Amino acid sequence: MLILSEDGGVRAVEDRFTVLGDEEGAGRARPVILSRARFEADAERLWSEGFELGVRLAADDKVEDLAYDLPRLAVVALEFPKFRDGRAFTSAVLLRQRYGFLGEVRAVGDVLLDQAFAMVRCGFSAFETRASAADWARAIGRYAVVYQTSADGRQPAFLARATKS
Amino acid sequence: MYAYDGLDRSLVRDRVDEFRDQVARRLAGSLSEEQFKPLRLMNGLYLQLHGYMLRVAIPYGVLSSAKLRALAHVARRWDRGYGHFTTRQNLQFHWVKLSETPDILAYLAEHDLHAIQTSGNCIRNTTTDPFAGAARDEADDPRVWCEVIRQWSTLHPEFSYLPRKFKIAVTASAKDRAAIKAHDIGLRLGRDAEGRLVFEVLVGGGLGRTPHIGALVKKDLPADRLLSFLTAILRVYNREGRRDNLYKARIKILVSELGLAAFAEKVEQEWAALDPTEIDILGTELARIRGQFALAKLDPRPAVSRGFEAARTREDFARFARNNIAPHKVQGYGIVTISLKGIGDTPGDCTADQMEAIADLAESYSQSEIRVTHAQNLVLPNVALDDALALFEGLRAIGLASANINLASDIIACPGLDYCALANARAIPIAQAIARRFEDPIFEEAVGELQVKISGCINACGHHHLGHIGILGVDKKGEEYYQLTLGGSGAEDAAIGAVLGPAVAAGDVADAVEALARRYLEVRQPEERFLDTVRRLGPTPFKAAVYEHADTV
Repeated sequence: MLILSEDGGVRAVEDRFTVLGDEEGAGRARPVILSRARFEADAERLWSEGFELGVRLAADDKVEDLAYDLPRLAVVALEFPKFRDGRAFTSAVLLRQRYGFLGEVRAVGDVLLDQAFAMVRCGFSAFETRASAADWARAIGRYAVVYQTSADGRQPAFLARATKS
Repeated sequence: MYAYDGLDRSLVRDRVDEFRDQVARRLAGSLSEEQFKPLRLMNGLYLQLHGYMLRVAIPYGVLSSAKLRALAHVARRWDRGYGHFTTRQNLQFHWVKLSETPDILAYLAEHDLHAIQTSGNCIRNTTTDPFAGAARDEADDPRVWCEVIRQWSTLHPEFSYLPRKFKIAVTASAKDRAAIKAHDIGLRLGRDAEGRLVFEVLVGGGLGRTPHIGALVKKDLPADRLLSFLTAILRVYNREGRRDNLYKARIKILVSELGLAAFAEKVEQEWAALDPTEIDILGTELARIRGQFALAKLDPRPAVSRGFEAARTREDFARFARNNIAPHKVQGYGIVTISLKGIGDTPGDCTADQMEAIADLAESYSQSEIRVTHAQNLVLPNVALDDALALFEGLRAIGLASANINLASDIIACPGLDYCALANARAIPIAQAIARRFEDPIFEEAVGELQVKISGCINACGHHHLGHIGILGVDKKGEEYYQLTLGGSGAEDAAIGAVLGPAVAAGDVADAVEALARRYLEVRQPEERFLDTVRRLGPTPFKAAVYEHADTV
């Protein structure tokens, strides 16, 4: 898995989290990622047993439904069922900009190198991909200029022009 | 005209590098065609019947002489010496090689041109009134807002993988020369009672297999809140637009399935929830952009040009003046439309030599500015009437003096089966055959305004639904047949044409169109356009005119 590091670079890391299936026994306390259904059924118990929790949202799940629990979540994994399905971009932006989520926003599913730039701009910070850290870093650093504000806090051209003059 | 600064240039150059890398990975096989396809489309590159086609963006249809010369160079060096202007004010090269496209894009970037987002499921090139900035009837210059939208929508990280393509058009006049009601979002700029700039926002227009006319979703939107409102619409669409069926994925289907009121409410809720200071255009940036579109100083001219009036005693020039020159907001000037629809021409095609000659004429007579129209013609927006005759002679020398703007031979046609992998039938030879029926200018002018639009398939790139006469190519057991529709319009009185009757054979289409025109001449009332007569009388008299002889299925 790749993550954005503090300095804005990209690092390959071991995934601390394991996916806990809907029917699987919970076992000992550890970092796990749950489906939304399992999260709704089991989160309170797992938290009380000391689990660190993440939730995986399907493309049609609404991040609004998680809002109340966000401060207690370590990871929100957003699924790209096909890379062409761009709903997760909006989900990520809302998590960061509307709900101020500070945990990990992870891209899972059909995660394409050529979307790395857009993902980082929308607030994704971790990526389940086979791409190398070097390729990922090059892709997200591709553009010296951006035109819009987004969840990454980069200064867009219109603000750069305003501060220059 | 908007001029790139270093920031705009940097982005376009970085885009070329990114695409060069993607093409190399595709050619090496590390990127599959399935993965490459949406990426190349967002750089304007299509795979067609005979090979790759590159669609170059002409932002809101505005070109300089220098840019047009650069396009001529591309046509000559990397294509077969010509290009094709499209209904979305872009330019297509139909014969490029995949391996050469990065070089073409690098060359275009040196001239502040690109192919970004001319295709793909993203926000496409914004289109506008080709008379913008020169038209007498506009509330303000719509190009300013097109440029604002261009920057906001370019490489938008949240809205680059939408359910389907997304087209925005802007006008600032009551007379709609941008077909705004046929776009995913149509914007009409006007002024409210206090004189402030406001937008009327239409949503859900579009053609294709289920044509819709855009519906009003917001009145009196303060102009400086445009980008946040667009963000709200796009966000609702990105989340809720259908992704299960390609043919139901446009926003028009979402709007019709939710109902306009429910859709509008979702947009309003999202708009209220987002932070406008993050998105809306700053006053300083708006002023910077607006300044770049300030009308270049036009020397004052007398209201009546003696040279122009004298030249109008010549019948050929008089006809050109009647049909191809529109009034300009500055006294003594005109807006000249150059027809790319000469008899026998392919609608919208322009050779490299013609592009260079037009660039020269624009330099001499129109402050080096050229526009592309959605009807696939070109416009020189700032021509002194004193120069109009010289310009006319210059156009005649390159075979582009056809005086047929908005007349029957000014036909919109998609490339059709001659080029396109999606087409069922040819469009170009049909257009040429129809145009020949109106070769006699006296007959053509007698018929007057008549918009004929031809699409080679249901995707409707030739806007047939909006034609006063619409022609749709269909495949009937391997034969090319054509369905006729009547009564459509893409203007302020926008309407979807109604099917007239059974499809006719390729060889009978020109007969049918001529029969419709002749029937109109028989039954019209004074001052009535073809469209008005159709609307008054309905299809019956026209049906009879067409189906007396035609071979139909």
